[in-house]
Amino acid sequence: MTTVVLLTITGLGVAALYFLVASGLSLIFGLMDVLNFAHGAFVTIGGYVGWSVANAVGGTPGLVLSCVAAIAAGAGVATLTELVVIRPLYRRPLDQVLATVGLGLAIPAAIQAGWGGDARTWNVPAWLSGTVTVAGAHIPAIRFILIVVAIVVLIGLATFLARTRAGLVVRAGVENRDMVGALGIDVRIAFTGMFALGGAAAGLAGALDGVYQGSVSPGDGTSLLIFAFVVVVLGRMGSIVGTAVAAAVVGLVQQFANYVSANLGSLSVVILLAIVLLARRRNLVGRPA
Amino acid sequence: MSDPVPTRNATADGGPILQLRGLRVTLGGSSILHGVSFDVAANGVTALLGRNGVGKTTTLRAVMGLVPSGGSVRFGGTDISGLATHRIARRGIGYVPEDRAVFASLTVMENLRLAQPDQGSDRWSHMFELFPVLRERSAQPAGTLSGGEQQMLALGRVLLVDNRLLLVDEPTKGLAPRMATEVAVALTRIAEAVPVVLVEQNLAVVRHAARDAVVLDTGRVVHAGDAAALLADARLTNELLGVALKEPSR
Repeated sequence: MTTVVLLTITGLGVAALYFLVASGLSLIFGLMDVLNFAHGAFVTIGGYVGWSVANAVGGTPGLVLSCVAAIAAGAGVATLTELVVIRPLYRRPLDQVLATVGLGLAIPAAIQAGWGGDARTWNVPAWLSGTVTVAGAHIPAIRFILIVVAIVVLIGLATFLARTRAGLVVRAGVENRDMVGALGIDVRIAFTGMFALGGAAAGLAGALDGVYQGSVSPGDGTSLLIFAFVVVVLGRMGSIVGTAVAAAVVGLVQQFANYVSANLGSLSVVILLAIVLLARRRNLVGRPA
Repeated sequence: MSDPVPTRNATADGGPILQLRGLRVTLGGSSILHGVSFDVAANGVTALLGRNGVGKTTTLRAVMGLVPSGGSVRFGGTDISGLATHRIARRGIGYVPEDRAVFASLTVMENLRLAQPDQGSDRWSHMFELFPVLRERSAQPAGTLSGGEQQMLALGRVLLVDNRLLLVDEPTKGLAPRMATEVAVALTRIAEAVPVVLVEQNLAVVRHAARDAVVLDTGRVVHAGDAAALLADARLTNELLGVALKEPSR
């Protein structure tokens, strides 16, 4: 029982990181049809900016400020990316993919050139290094922080989408952006806003990943991006609740598989993805005409 | 470029509300419109007719800036060629596409609020008067409405905005006869207040609603003039539209 509790909460903690990265990715693709391979770089930037601020300020204030700075950095870089790289290529999807892949490689390389390839240790506040006992399982406190932050972001995004006019425009744009434009709404503003929001979540994920791992390194964002793409596919593009559920499933499957064998975690996610895609394909093919 | 085709003008200053000159569209390497030119009068319904695939929908999409096009589009005397779709819409052109394009996962009210956030506007009561079913179904997801109700929603959306011209693409397509009649009647009432360019295959609806008619064939205007005169000429209608007309029932 203790092991199950530990694996479940650890799985949900990892799922929280996947959700933070995947939510922006999903909304950006759903609204704009942009497969943003640079999204992992936003995570890495958030991690390094957060780490720098945490190191400079220290303690709990440093942790809080590092998250704020990571959010700002993620949002800023994402906005800049949308305006400078993505917007001129809206009618050229292949060029968009190439540009974001290039940016996704260039940013970590630039970070590596500046800070080196070695992991930089993140000194977390003492209270965060401890554990919390749940049903006999000693669980690192950071995992609860990750889960709570992800729930807050999920509620915030769901409220934004359901209750605000900007959210209404985004939901409509996910279905048919041409028609949103035909109603006199400048959907490009929603595009930029969605990129900024996604970048902010990715930046926050970078900082929290740094706290969770106890370090930051240039490849952090790319590692998370791979699983985030799996989550986006499983959760269906453009669905924030679907993304949250898919992140939870991926995180849990991965942790339980890792418990069986250390090499099984990533493989289990790939197998899960294959099963879901095959089932969806069968549903499509098997549907009567 | 083909010569401009005049239709009856009825603006206060005597000019047409919409003027197309040499409109050209090429999609996926295929030329769809080869210099379409015609005027749309500032009141009543102008029917845009032709067989399937001659470029009627593409013409409306080009006016809305939804497909890249060459040539010129003037609206209310101002050149709107090359403007972004939202800017064209803000100038007062409402678009009801062929597939209705209601936002299926949004409720009826959310679809309407997207077009007009100000629910205090008189336009809301006028719209609900024309389409009372939309008030009854306001909390229902638009995707669960019947085809006719979705069409009413698509029309209702453009009525909430101060549009000076409506482009309506096949509003009765796929509707049951009773619902098609309801939509046609509503369209006629709408056209009393705002000019409409109507793409329609149902010639009974055209006969009921349209004053002017423009006929396209393979991306070119081949006829323009009085809609009633066109529909009264069985030979011409058969030649241009490929349909044999029955006498209208009385």
